[in-house]
Amino acid sequence: MELLGLDVLFMGSNAMRLLGGLWVAARISLLSILISIPLGLLFGVLMTSKNVIVRALCRFYLEVVRIMPQLVLLFIVFFGATRALGVNISAELSSIIVFVFWGTGELGDLVRGALTSIPKHQYESAEALGMSKKQVYLRIIIPQAIRRLIPNSISLATRMVKTTSLVLMIGVVEMMKVGQQIIEATRMTSPNAVFGVYGTILLLYFIICWPISMLAGRLEKKWGTN
Amino acid sequence: MTNHADTAESQVLLKIEHLRKAYGDNVVLKDINLEVHKGEVIVIVGPSGCGKSTFLRCINALEPIQGGSVVVDGVSVHDKGTDLAQVRQKLGMVFQSYELFPHMTVLDNVALAPIVVQKRKKEIAQDEAKFLLKRVGLKDKKDSYPRQLSGGQKQRVAIVRAMAMHPEIMLFDEVTAALDPEMVREVLDVILQLAKEGKTMLIVTHEMSFARAVADRVLFFDGGDIVEEGIPEEFFEHPKTERAQKFLRTFEFDAVRHHESHA
Repeated sequence: MELLGLDVLFMGSNAMRLLGGLWVAARISLLSILISIPLGLLFGVLMTSKNVIVRALCRFYLEVVRIMPQLVLLFIVFFGATRALGVNISAELSSIIVFVFWGTGELGDLVRGALTSIPKHQYESAEALGMSKKQVYLRIIIPQAIRRLIPNSISLATRMVKTTSLVLMIGVVEMMKVGQQIIEATRMTSPNAVFGVYGTILLLYFIICWPISMLAGRLEKKWGTN
Repeated sequence: MTNHADTAESQVLLKIEHLRKAYGDNVVLKDINLEVHKGEVIVIVGPSGCGKSTFLRCINALEPIQGGSVVVDGVSVHDKGTDLAQVRQKLGMVFQSYELFPHMTVLDNVALAPIVVQKRKKEIAQDEAKFLLKRVGLKDKKDSYPRQLSGGQKQRVAIVRAMAMHPEIMLFDEVTAALDPEMVREVLDVILQLAKEGKTMLIVTHEMSFARAVADRVLFFDGGDIVEEGIPEEFFEHPKTERAQKFLRTFEFDAVRHHESHA
């Protein structure tokens, strides 16, 4: 126990504090994902627009999302917004803003991919059966697009959960930060705490993300086409 | 093997006049005129890119046209005010690549349009779907998904799906072109059966012996025009135009085997 540095978890309220940190991380990712879904769907539909300017703007946004490291975005929003705009945004809200900015872009691109991957012939064979535009979308195109979309968006969700480990850099006291505090506080008494605490954090992230990944895999199998 | 030779007095189901189709300057169909009578089986043959598939797609307005008219059962398909959903129910189309809906079972593929488009009762539509599937030998496949079927089975489902709408005319667009040779037969047999029952059909195909067996009339398309037209015996035995002769020759092979000659 001491060798692995797990003993610190049972000191005081350390275990509960760590779980509290996990809840902060989960809250940030859950809120971000929930807000990103409608925005991402909208953005994805915009990306398939016939208007060249709309498409170019979407493209630009997506490139920014992809190129900018999340950490830089966090700093820009948290520190930059305070300086430049004079608004004081809490660290947690800053995190959610950045994660939504990111999630909307990436999910939108997945939506675009799913919509454009439906072959033209699927529209045609449905139309040839006398279906109206609305029926074609509702019965044929959207159900197929969602099936193609879900596995990838689930893996995006796990990436968002994992990336919450960065928000400690702007002072959000989430799981990583709590872990660091525990390690600092017990440096003298339990020098091996580093291993035990980070190992536990790894396990907690795993416990959250693994079932999500499993679900993605199962859906992919169930909905495999052709 | 012609089934409805006495078509002269019967009803004209499809009338095409001066149909013109072009992509910009590229004219795909020049000036097509055709009358199809109830119960008639028309087979369209011709080299690739001659416009025969485009022709079928113009009939049910999957392609817009640049001139002329297509009249199905008295309704002008390409007119602005035409209810396309209504006309298309009279035209059952089967595609080369089957295009079943991959997220639905075979039964749902067949029963969907009758239920949502024609507002038939679900049980009735499904019962009929089962009956039709049984007729093409796919009763056990009703709960399968398209990905679990062979190409020939998929194409038979696609035919049944079109039939379930009770169309007046069936359009077949090279329905065996994507199939392995041993599966071609099972699909063609279904179409032959429909012909025997007096279904009105337009069939684009490369299967010449099938064309000969099923057709009441053969149209030979080349360069966006109907170059030759006639009953199958005439067309296949004594093609009049040089282009048709040349086209038909591409289906024949001369033996290359060297005969034993002990010279």
